[in-house]
Amino acid sequence: MATLNSNVPPGPLADKWRTYKSNLKLVNPANKRKYEVVIVGAGLAGASAAATLSELGYRVKCIVFHDSPRRAHSIAAQGGINAAKNYQNDGDSVHRLFYDTLKGGDYRARESNVHRLAEVSVNIIDQCVAQGVPFAREYGGLLANRSFGGAQVSRTFYARGQTGQQLLLGAYSALSKQVGAGAVELVTQHEMVDLVVVDGHARGVITRDLVTGKFHRHSGEAVIIATGGYGNVFNLSTYARGSNTTAIWRAYKRGACFANPCYTQIHPTCIPVSGDYQSKLTLMSESLRNDGRIWVPKKNEDCKKAPADIPEEDRDYFLERIYPSFGNLAPRDVSSRAAKRMCDEGRGVGETGLGVYLDFAEAIQRYGKQVAARANLVNPSKEKILELGEAAVKERYGNLFDIYHEITNESAYKQPMRIYPAVHYTMGGLWVDYNLMSNVPGLFVLGEANFSDHGANRLGASALMQGLADGYFVVPYTIGNYLATLKPNSRPSTDAPEFKAAEENAASIVKRLLAAKGKEPVNHYHKKLGKLMWDYCGMSRTKEGLEKAILEIGKLREEFWANVNVPGSGDNMNQALERANRVADFIELGQLMCRDALAREESCGGHFREEHQYPDGECKRDDEKFAHVAAWEFQGEGSVPLRNIEPLNYEFTKMSVRSYK
Amino acid sequence: MVAEKPSTKNISVTIRVWRQPSAAQPGRFVDYPARDLNPNMSLLEMLDVVNDQLERIGEDPIAFAHDCREGICGTCSLVIDGKPHGPHHGVASCQTYMRSFEDGSVITIEPFRARPFPVIKDLITDRSAFDKIQQAGGFISIRTGSACDANATPIPKETADLAMDAAQCIGCGACVAACKNASAMLFVSAKVSQLGLLPQGQPERDSRVLNMVAKMDELGFGNCTNQYECSAACPKLISHDFIARMNRDYIAASFRAAFKPKPAAGSGGGA
Ligand SMILES: Cc1cc2nc3c(=O)[nH]c(=O)nc-3n(C[C@H](O)[C@H](O)[C@H](O)COP(=O)(O)OP(=O)(O)OC[C@H]3O[C@@H](n4cnc5c(N)ncnc54)[C@H](O)[C@@H]3O)c2cc1C
Ligand code: SF4
Ligand code: FES
Repeated sequence: MATLNSNVPPGPLADKWRTYKSNLKLVNPANKRKYEVVIVGAGLAGASAAATLSELGYRVKCIVFHDSPRRAHSIAAQGGINAAKNYQNDGDSVHRLFYDTLKGGDYRARESNVHRLAEVSVNIIDQCVAQGVPFAREYGGLLANRSFGGAQVSRTFYARGQTGQQLLLGAYSALSKQVGAGAVELVTQHEMVDLVVVDGHARGVITRDLVTGKFHRHSGEAVIIATGGYGNVFNLSTYARGSNTTAIWRAYKRGACFANPCYTQIHPTCIPVSGDYQSKLTLMSESLRNDGRIWVPKKNEDCKKAPADIPEEDRDYFLERIYPSFGNLAPRDVSSRAAKRMCDEGRGVGETGLGVYLDFAEAIQRYGKQVAARANLVNPSKEKILELGEAAVKERYGNLFDIYHEITNESAYKQPMRIYPAVHYTMGGLWVDYNLMSNVPGLFVLGEANFSDHGANRLGASALMQGLADGYFVVPYTIGNYLATLKPNSRPSTDAPEFKAAEENAASIVKRLLAAKGKEPVNHYHKKLGKLMWDYCGMSRTKEGLEKAILEIGKLREEFWANVNVPGSGDNMNQALERANRVADFIELGQLMCRDALAREESCGGHFREEHQYPDGECKRDDEKFAHVAAWEFQGEGSVPLRNIEPLNYEFTKMSVRSYK
Repeated sequence: MVAEKPSTKNISVTIRVWRQPSAAQPGRFVDYPARDLNPNMSLLEMLDVVNDQLERIGEDPIAFAHDCREGICGTCSLVIDGKPHGPHHGVASCQTYMRSFEDGSVITIEPFRARPFPVIKDLITDRSAFDKIQQAGGFISIRTGSACDANATPIPKETADLAMDAAQCIGCGACVAACKNASAMLFVSAKVSQLGLLPQGQPERDSRVLNMVAKMDELGFGNCTNQYECSAACPKLISHDFIARMNRDYIAASFRAAFKPKPAAGSGGGA
């Protein structure tokens, strides 16, 4: 059984991090070059960690499967990043950001971690601005903010609809500087396929070169995994196609516990599915809910009518109706389920009936009138107001409207968008303590790959914040505390038997995949898995469904290994093999997610068990039995994994019923 | 942006695809039928469908680079019917939809072709040269944790907006592929301009442009002869005005580098 010590330091909540930080062990500057840190991933979390650790003087190797660190999936984040700067003077504070994030997570995150996140959020914005990140600004030259779900203040910083891109390029530039100076060894197009554990400590990784097919061994005093989320287990999601679970899954199989795998975020505003050829779903940023109003027809028979033909009184603005104080900015899990309920009632729109409207007509009118008034236009015509309003909306959300147009061939200026929830983020991930170290000493896990800060639901604009907090401002301190316990240059030789065994393990998986020579392409299985996961482990879950899914996924796994067809060889670039290697892990992970969802006999955040709800359909938590983290431990192939528990002891906040009404 | 006829009828096309097993081996075009396609399918999804068919019969699928499939990661890099990123203005390959093509047409799909971007396999090229240019100077040196308050230096909205226009570059390399000289000027000027416009970027402004341009030349990218094929192919519509801006910066920086008095080196080790 794994030991799960959260290592949360003592003391008052607001002082913990500061006091702890100043008491951490340090590595002598002259010795830092004698410690090598192997970092897998260069998204926001990995790139910021790699740049910062090498600035501190450690030897750093940074490995990515992409052809460049700038391609990491963080690049796709649209809406923004939270920080408790209180530049708007609207009453924000570190405490308020902490509280909103904790409550947003339905009281299933660690208090101390979330507080630290809120504290360092302010440093992140300073750092990014200094790097040249062109955040949006007001006319006076100061930074602009917008609002995101689950908050009643305006604390989200943004760069048009491309915040993730700009933050990632900032971190990438910091990393590039260190690479150019010879202080970071950058390894691209290498996929991590195993973790190397020597005497109980993480001491390296095995990678497969995706161009040559060769396996490589990398040894270090510590390993950092920052490989992002695993939402592609659902096949259709807002993730990039290459996002995978392989690094964390293989680390799990080497003993790292996997925490809360079932906590998945389903984002309410995505473009609905249109056909079975579809390869991904596209997010329409939450920022749109600042101005867009969500509705469905009141009457089922109106659903197939053109939206313009449905009069105001026959529209149900259901989020505004059910959650009057947060309205269209209710948190994601709450909004997604509400949309699903409307569609389940038969009031969904679009061809499939799985869609709700996100309407900008009112915003266009409002902005149009404002702009006209500012320009001192007397009695502007309706057309003029419309024109000005559309221009104002375009300035705010133009690129999102363009994306919507490209995909659906419809103009959201003229008719409401159709949207539906889609898989977007995974709150679960490898278990880590307060130092962001897993239960395998020497293995640190950052960003979306860990489970740490979002509990059972993540608030908008807080993943970017967490990734950069972990990489810039947390791990650079905490890893020193670990490395200081090791002798300099104590990393093992890559000839050690543990390296050989791990490489052989990874190679044998590839060999088996190539040998199957069955009848179906990899995608066939990915689609099947995705459908099972969406139907039984998606927005709402039941005991019966989950039990069924566990069995079905077991069968799918056997079928996959017996009947997949991966053409070609392992000696060169082989994209079918890359996909097969990842899907093999997704299938196993899918089963674990269902087990986790089955064991958690409550509803919380993104995890909704139909058996556990209030009469109005809201989540019913069971704090008595489930105020804990479930950290699953691998017990060998074919054995049921062990469910370990880390109790969530709230010292400072009262766990209450989350209400956005 | 796209402006196409709304179409609901399924179409069939032939794709003529560049197949090349590796950099060392020669390549050639191979035709594949793609039938009964929903016009709302993306071009990459069409390739997925063709690949599934190939894999089913044990043939090597067409290798193509892709990831986000929403025009932001810069991974996709196809020359479609002779044009980098295809027929439409201001979009990446992954944002090209089958409704752009006539039923029965033959669609030619090739990799980006430029000497500094050698083919790895089929439609995938090696664009690591871009990372090397970035490493030569595409940054502001600011140690983590040493920054002052973000609002300490107000930046006029117009300046920030212009910097953002330049910063939108996705590093795809279409500008290089579109240029007959394989010039990387648009890419480099976008980064140089973004950082050069902002107050934070001033201290390294000269060294940045000199080092990035030197690296670009060293890596074999060609000269700019002002044809502006680059900005026409750019999925983010990066303006070639940034090239002119960079040229001015470069001249000024070269001048200053030649005539600037050098400070006495270092202050020694001290006592
Ligand atoms: C469409 C979209 C929009 C979003 N918008 C927002 C937003 O507005 N605000 C917000 O806060 N959050 C947003 N998010 C969430 C946020 O973008 C992510 O959670 C975050 O960027 C993850 O960063 P990361 O560094 O953990 O991982 P990633 O950015 O996913 O990076 C993973 C890295 O690991 C590497 N890697 C992965 N697997 C392997 C392997 N096996 N071997 C080697 N390398 C590997 C990759 O090459 C990459 O470098 C959004 C997410 C999506 C999908
Ligand atoms: S300038 Fe345009 S075409 Fe060139 S790399 Fe950047 S986004 Fe691509
Ligand atoms: S796949 Fe990311 S830009 Fe096309």
